Amino acid sequence: MSIEKVAVIGAGVMGGGIAAQVANAGVPVLLLDVVPDGAENRNAVAEGAIARMLKADPAPFMSKRAAGLVTPGNIEDHPAALADCDWIVEAVVERLDVKQDLYRKIDAARKPGSIVSSNTSTLPLAKLTEGLPEGFARDFVITHFFNPPRYMRLLEIVSGPATRPEAVETMSAFADLRLGKGVVRCNDTPGFVANRIGTFWIQCAMVEALDRGITVEEADAVMGRPLGIPKTGVFGLLDLVGIDLMPHVDRNLAETLPADDAYRTIRRELPLIAQMIEEGYTGRKGKGGFYRLNKSGGKRVKEARSLATGDYAPAAKPALESLQASKAGGLRALVEHEDRGGRYAWAVLSQTLAYAASLVPEIADDIHAVDRALQLGYNWTYGPFELIDRLGADWLAGRLEETGAAVPPLLKAAAAAGGFYRVEAGRRQRIAVDGGYEDLPRPDGVLRLADIKLRSRPLAKNGSASLWDVGDGVTCLEIHTKLNTIDPEVLALIKTAIDITAKDHKALVIYNEGDHFSAGANLGLALFAANTALWPMIEDMVAQGQKAYMALKRAPFPVVAAPSGLALGGGCEILLHADAVQAHAESYIGLVEVGVGVVPAWGGCKELLARLAADPKRPHGPMPPVVQAFQTIGLADVAKSAHEAREKGFLRPMDGITFNRERLLADAKAKALLLAEGYAPPEPIALSLPGPSGKAALDLAVRDLSAKGMTTPHDETVADALAEVLTGGPDADHIEPVPEDDLLKLERAAFMKLVRTGPTLARMEHTLETGKPLRN
Amino acid sequence: MQKTIVIAGYVRSPFQAASKGALAKVRPDEMAAQVVRGLLDKTGVDPAEVEDLIVGCAFPEGEQGLNVARLIGFLADLPLSVSGATVNRFCGSSMQAAHFAAGAIRMDAGEAFICAGVESMSRVPMTGFNPLLHPGLAERYPQAYVSMGETAENLADKYGIARETQEAMAVESHGKAAAARDAGRLGDEIVPIRQGNHTVDADGCIRDDTTAEGLAGLKPAFRAEGSVTAGTSSPLTDGAAAVLVTSEDFAKAHGLAPLARIRSIAVAGCAPEIMGIGPVVATQKALQRAGLEMKDIDVIELNEAFAAQALACIEDLEIEPARVNLDGGALALGHPLGATGARITGKTAQLLQREGKQFGLATQCIGGGQGIATILEAA
Repeated sequence: MSIEKVAVIGAGVMGGGIAAQVANAGVPVLLLDVVPDGAENRNAVAEGAIARMLKADPAPFMSKRAAGLVTPGNIEDHPAALADCDWIVEAVVERLDVKQDLYRKIDAARKPGSIVSSNTSTLPLAKLTEGLPEGFARDFVITHFFNPPRYMRLLEIVSGPATRPEAVETMSAFADLRLGKGVVRCNDTPGFVANRIGTFWIQCAMVEALDRGITVEEADAVMGRPLGIPKTGVFGLLDLVGIDLMPHVDRNLAETLPADDAYRTIRRELPLIAQMIEEGYTGRKGKGGFYRLNKSGGKRVKEARSLATGDYAPAAKPALESLQASKAGGLRALVEHEDRGGRYAWAVLSQTLAYAASLVPEIADDIHAVDRALQLGYNWTYGPFELIDRLGADWLAGRLEETGAAVPPLLKAAAAAGGFYRVEAGRRQRIAVDGGYEDLPRPDGVLRLADIKLRSRPLAKNGSASLWDVGDGVTCLEIHTKLNTIDPEVLALIKTAIDITAKDHKALVIYNEGDHFSAGANLGLALFAANTALWPMIEDMVAQGQKAYMALKRAPFPVVAAPSGLALGGGCEILLHADAVQAHAESYIGLVEVGVGVVPAWGGCKELLARLAADPKRPHGPMPPVVQAFQTIGLADVAKSAHEAREKGFLRPMDGITFNRERLLADAKAKALLLAEGYAPPEPIALSLPGPSGKAALDLAVRDLSAKGMTTPHDETVADALAEVLTGGPDADHIEPVPEDDLLKLERAAFMKLVRTGPTLARMEHTLETGKPLRN
Repeated sequence: MQKTIVIAGYVRSPFQAASKGALAKVRPDEMAAQVVRGLLDKTGVDPAEVEDLIVGCAFPEGEQGLNVARLIGFLADLPLSVSGATVNRFCGSSMQAAHFAAGAIRMDAGEAFICAGVESMSRVPMTGFNPLLHPGLAERYPQAYVSMGETAENLADKYGIARETQEAMAVESHGKAAAARDAGRLGDEIVPIRQGNHTVDADGCIRDDTTAEGLAGLKPAFRAEGSVTAGTSSPLTDGAAAVLVTSEDFAKAHGLAPLARIRSIAVAGCAPEIMGIGPVVATQKALQRAGLEMKDIDVIELNEAFAAQALACIEDLEIEPARVNLDGGALALGHPLGATGARITGKTAQLLQREGKQFGLATQCIGGGQGIATILEAA
């Protein structure tokens, strides 16, 4: 069975978000909720949820089209509609009676073999199915999403003894392949995996901070970056998720955990939290939380709350020696440090990690699943067992023993064997409950560059990029600079990659496993050259980039680019020169050069024009592609998903979208091999462009914007240069197509003209310093 | 003896906001064809007697291209003997269509003409799909391509028309339109537009809740420090309209019921950067040709492209405001460029009859710096 139609019941934040992600995957979905008392519009709740989501930021929907796949309704009038659905997910209030009532309604309406799941985070599956028909229990699982469902990659799936194995398989495959989730199979225990450990960590970090007189800023500085945890640390995280959530989660765990659970020992009622909730300090959604932005006096000052007095004062940057020590000496140097930061880190980390080690196999069958849960559900860089390995399992076991703390058997076993993970014959392995090691599971269609790097050496490498053999005749170009920006070394390796691939291989994939495909050209280098008036050097960088990207396009083998995260400027231009793109659904693609006062000059103007001109759905004639490209580039318009990138013309219909990040490389490779059959490089292109007649029209549009006060003086200069390129230059006439090499010359000339201006350099400098654009 | 020419019928589609309105997905040729059919049904004229279908359109390309008048004739099942011509005088296009018909009748070149106008501002953008300006002209004489909003700001400056005055006109326009709609005075002229099993039968631009306070909160739409806002500009609109123009003899012989006679017509050019003042010279010429003065005119349809522009014309022409746009103007009803001329010509004729008045004026401004005017007289 496959899942082709879905119903989500409960149009709250989670239900709405789940429905949106199902729609993002292109699957039609019913969103049902109750009929409000006395409501004229019986679908008001679900309709309101959709309207709210269309305005929300970050956006739950990947495109406007996706929103159209969500049909609002209500559970009273539309139970019959459930009969069409292959998967019905419930995300209503966490009350057993309400949920069971609903399940009986669902069971009466659904078709045989359809899957029913609950998004509960607190109720055990055994209770949810108690007293319900056996047939219902066979088709029932818990699917626990994390908030927000589009962006959080973890999905915990819990099945019961009665659940059909095929139902779990179907659900897992849909979540993995279509929704892009990392599925972690959990046992039916309180809090499942991520929240069981995550809540322990939060509670422990709060209690220890209070007891040790650690400030909010200090706690977050220690709990965040040094541990590979997002910089929100623990208090910032509570602000983000809502402080009012804490008492619910805490109470629930306190009621349901086994009597001897360590959580019961560390937890206690925190009057501070109750007081904050009462005062309306529930976090970012309320008046503020442990932090708040004080906007009085026209300035925005970030303030932190004193845990002792409840007063707010400007947030201070913690000055702790232990933090300094961790920069050089890593995690161990942090927890071994004797200052209060170090002692705090040890207290929280040792308890949390020991707790995690004590929970396998109770909560899940393997340590890797637990690590993945914290990575995907809490955005930790390392899971608890990876953290233990970073500290040294034997070191941790020894130190726990010294301090008189219990050492869980699994930690003892790992300490004796040399760690929870190891690399054996180029394969990463993890320890099993019996103390032996097993390869990490890699499902079909999951190919990781990280794995390949463990077992092979690069075909070529320099300081900025490497070329790997990813099997079956396919090479992979990996950029590995900061934010994967593009510098002359990357360009040099592109050339090498083309030579090597042409000689011995069938296709090239451009891909990396960083957070971002590429944030664009290395601005620092360009600015350095400009500040020292090394104009020929800059022009050479432009020329080398054009040459490298054209070489990718003309290479005698197919090139597939596989972005995830940012693909901006020069990074976007790589996609535009590839034969095909296989994009992760969460790709953020755009030509943002005008933000730093230049125009795309590595072929971006030319390629975007060519794509827009080739789109049969757009109006004909020389102007429509020019106008669209002028808007997209001129406003530095960034597509906020791969779907949106397709709407904006950055991606073509033939380009693929992969939802699961872990499947991106395999999908890109498969696409490359498909293209390699009988491959011939594209013929040189020429574009019919309007020349000065079109330029005059764009000038007029800019003048109108300027009259409205929507442009700065330098915006107009940049727009003028961009208009000149996009219309084909002063000699263009739409009856004589402009060859692509001429367009590259125009891009280069416009870039060089702009980069010599003061305001452009000011923009570059400002962006490098602040990460934000300068409006000058 | 010269022939007398009459307006023997008037209908229009509902006017709906472009892009977000109910007609956004209706092709303009289809919409116009349904309006033409509606005119035939309402007047009962035998289409075989019609000489020509003349259709005004400001951006005759895309779905409005390929001599859309001929295609509308096919869509409306007119006999093949009825020819079709598309006319472009921007916003004055369909009033021009009526003028061409009047001229032809005087020339004994036909007795009955369907003069229609159409614009889907949803489906064909206001600059067309391929704006290609003469670069030399754009350089030497940029006013040739001046944006319409800019011309409204220029007039507001020149005539010292305060933002509040413009907004008062907008409030009044919406109020009059809403009152006319509620009293059932608009239903008679509207031909419902059907697409599939969906029918659109009411105007969509009128905002009943328009208030001076609400309008005062809007940002200037065209000039950062300007006084013209979206609320004091006519909205982008989808719509079609049509009038039946015949000789009086023809109307009598075929049992038609004329609404009004055409007394005189005129067009005139003016400076493009204040195109909104175009109705002034055009009206003065038409009045002179009719041997009338402004005070003789009882009902006036003065297109409200912008409140600033309409107010400037009222001032220069010394029009009594109470006689203007009795059922609301384009600020409230909308302004589907090519269709407006037929609407205000037909509306003036209808009002003369309804109000029992003798003389009427329909006049409008035109991008590029022009005005067009028609003086009607009770039939």
